[in-house]
Amino acid sequence: MLSKPLGGDDVVLSAQRISKSFSGVQVLFSVDFDLRRGEIHALMGENGAGKSTLVKILSGFEPPSSGEIFLDGQPVKLPANGAAEALGIAVIHQEFNLAEHLTVTESLFLGREVARYGILDRAYMRAETRRVLDMLGSKINEGSVISSLSVADKQMVEIAKAISRDARIVFMDEPTAVLSRGEAEALFKQVRKLRDLGTSFVFVSHKLDEVTELSDRVTVLRDGQWVKTAPTAMLDGESIAQLMVGRELSSLYPKKSEPNVDEARVLSVIGVSTAHVRDAHFDLRRGEILGFSGMIGSGRTELMEAVAGLYPRSAGEVHIDDALMPAGDVQATAAAGLAYMTKDRKAKGLLLGADMTANLTLQSLDRHGRWGYLSPASEAKALARARRRFDIRVRDAGVVAGRMSGGNQQKLLLAKVMEITPKILIIDEPTRGIDVGTKQQIYHFIAALARDGCSVIVVSSEMPEIIGLCTRVVVMRAGRIVGVLEGDEITEQEIMRYSAGLKQKAVA
Amino acid sequence: MTTNEDQTETKRRWQDVDLRAVAPFVALALLLVVGALVNPNFISLNNLANVATRSAFIALIAVGATFVISSGDLDLSVGSMVAFVASLMILFMNSGVIADPGMMIAAAILLALVVGALCGLANGLITTVGKIEPFIATLGTMGIYRGLTTWLSQGGAITLKSAEQQDLYRPAYFGSIAGVPVPIVVVLAVTSVAAFLLYRMRYGRHVVAVGSNANVARYSGIKVDRVRTYAFVIQGLCVAIAVILYVPRLGSTSATTGILWELQAITAVVIGGTALKGGASRVWGTICGAFILELVGNIMLLSNFISEYLIGAIQGAIIIIAMLVQRSLVRKA
Repeated sequence: MLSKPLGGDDVVLSAQRISKSFSGVQVLFSVDFDLRRGEIHALMGENGAGKSTLVKILSGFEPPSSGEIFLDGQPVKLPANGAAEALGIAVIHQEFNLAEHLTVTESLFLGREVARYGILDRAYMRAETRRVLDMLGSKINEGSVISSLSVADKQMVEIAKAISRDARIVFMDEPTAVLSRGEAEALFKQVRKLRDLGTSFVFVSHKLDEVTELSDRVTVLRDGQWVKTAPTAMLDGESIAQLMVGRELSSLYPKKSEPNVDEARVLSVIGVSTAHVRDAHFDLRRGEILGFSGMIGSGRTELMEAVAGLYPRSAGEVHIDDALMPAGDVQATAAAGLAYMTKDRKAKGLLLGADMTANLTLQSLDRHGRWGYLSPASEAKALARARRRFDIRVRDAGVVAGRMSGGNQQKLLLAKVMEITPKILIIDEPTRGIDVGTKQQIYHFIAALARDGCSVIVVSSEMPEIIGLCTRVVVMRAGRIVGVLEGDEITEQEIMRYSAGLKQKAVA
Repeated sequence: MTTNEDQTETKRRWQDVDLRAVAPFVALALLLVVGALVNPNFISLNNLANVATRSAFIALIAVGATFVISSGDLDLSVGSMVAFVASLMILFMNSGVIADPGMMIAAAILLALVVGALCGLANGLITTVGKIEPFIATLGTMGIYRGLTTWLSQGGAITLKSAEQQDLYRPAYFGSIAGVPVPIVVVLAVTSVAAFLLYRMRYGRHVVAVGSNANVARYSGIKVDRVRTYAFVIQGLCVAIAVILYVPRLGSTSATTGILWELQAITAVVIGGTALKGGASRVWGTICGAFILELVGNIMLLSNFISEYLIGAIQGAIIIIAMLVQRSLVRKA
């Protein structure tokens, strides 16, 4: 229909009618997007709106199911697996893509090492790395090993890597999620400088203030659909938020029901310390949904794994129903009725090469036969029950877990954990990387569980999730519990203040 | 008899058949055809039974290796362990502590099983409690078991002295039950037990879980180290059973007994379709693999155009081909 992309001559990258489905679930619906030379274009939307998918398609990491991409006005088929870098397209990932054992310099020059007469020119590469890092105002030592860096520094290395490759188009998927305010400022300064030199940026972020401050134009996606593209000057934070949500939040989250104050305490955590976590105290009542909020790396997962007996604790006590749990004993903790659902479903949750049955019953095999024998009939029954209860939709019941969609994997993992019928369920990142529909199902499942008297801890980096589900929220920062919020205190601003260290209160 | 057959509920189409599980049996059928073309004597029941009997030692050891490899480990010490357990067994029988030869043999068999299990336990504890790579840990015990054997035999051979014991014990290798040689019966029995353990018991599921992703297993409340240690103990027991068949065959061991058997056992496991990186166990494929190894040697002996001195090279080539076939089938399966 159009031989020339929309948006005029200075458009470097444009996408028309991009659609994308993952194993039958459509996540993008005919989305249009264009990026001008020397602009910072913010891509906004709720989690699951399709931002990350669109970024992946525009950077060549995923092929679109349909639609066309134009680079400099010419239709292109972006080479797969990030080879689009040769075309001047760089991506700074939400999840890090760094080899832990390499140094910063080695990471920056990975795959394009500079050599003279076949011998690595280390001095040159070090100097060049230093130059880029200085330009970014970063004090990271170029000789440090990646594994020794903090999360924020790793992010900085990712950014330096993109910049050092002279990218014309840079995608930044939530680059500031783990950066401090100062670090973010330094980054923005560089981004503006590079923009003025003609580099184009696509900036994905949840922080409205950052977007209004930094970007030139904004595109909003909602549930995989394009909603609006407009100059940032014409919008304010409020109107962007309106566009992003577009519907009542209440439809996504079930009605909250506060547990009675006199409900029994099922879990008490007293002064638990681990390698990173210091002196954590909290308790959990029957039928309560308790949220754990905080930045990535604030120690939430480590604390929960210590509570579940998966991670050694150096001090403190964990009581379930007034019974002291032995430290580092998963079996005993599980037998007492506590189940922990990992956030890392691919590396720690599911056997990707095994079928649904083997995954579902792995944690509860002793329920499927005596004397160590396994009854196939009993296992098949459990699978049929779990598929109904958790609405796991697969065409072939023998499919291996690795081939299932993220949403179905998450439901299978939840089903697996629920097979031990826990009294206390700790869910770490309940909805990471799954579509909105499945999220809603999981939220309603959690609420129903709490109504039935199960106690749930939700650890999440998605604030709407914490706010929408939990009746009490614990905020962690740098390994410490810095605040407990209840009732009307549970707002995004308030949680942010605690997790950013602007506010702190003594915890009983 | 693969894990796939456990799902009786789902309807199975021919596309669903896991090619990796079938591949070793297809290779076996091909070899039989090739063998028959090379020499008509080859396909005689007598010859095949002979080959199967001779493959029994490697088959039994490889059944144990299937457990160790499925759980993600490796045991290099099995060849030395054969020599060590056999030496102790013969020395015990020669000691004459028990007068009655029948009781003596029974006690010796028990001793072999206990020593085998303890050797396996040592391997398991060194790898799990000591947190040493199984490759290195069993490389170490491989030297220890071999060195102890050389010391026990003072560099020579250890031979069963009592003719009475020998006569009584002989049928354990040379006898037959209902026309089937005893070693073949033992291999089938041990493999059946192993298959039941792997595919129908909780422990088998744990082995596969630990081998495919130890983290997932740990997060599922499985005692990972215990599962791995038991696999080494099972390996030790399988070695002991192989020794129990081996001693009556020659009535003698030396410092060179069982040299390179660990490699043959690993080859049999890999040919059989068990993934070397753990996570998939095919115990029937394993004994098929052991049979194939012996069969290839037999075909070479019976044929006139390949020197039998090339057996080692051919077996080496087989393991590489088996890996290539396995990998090419992964994508389709």
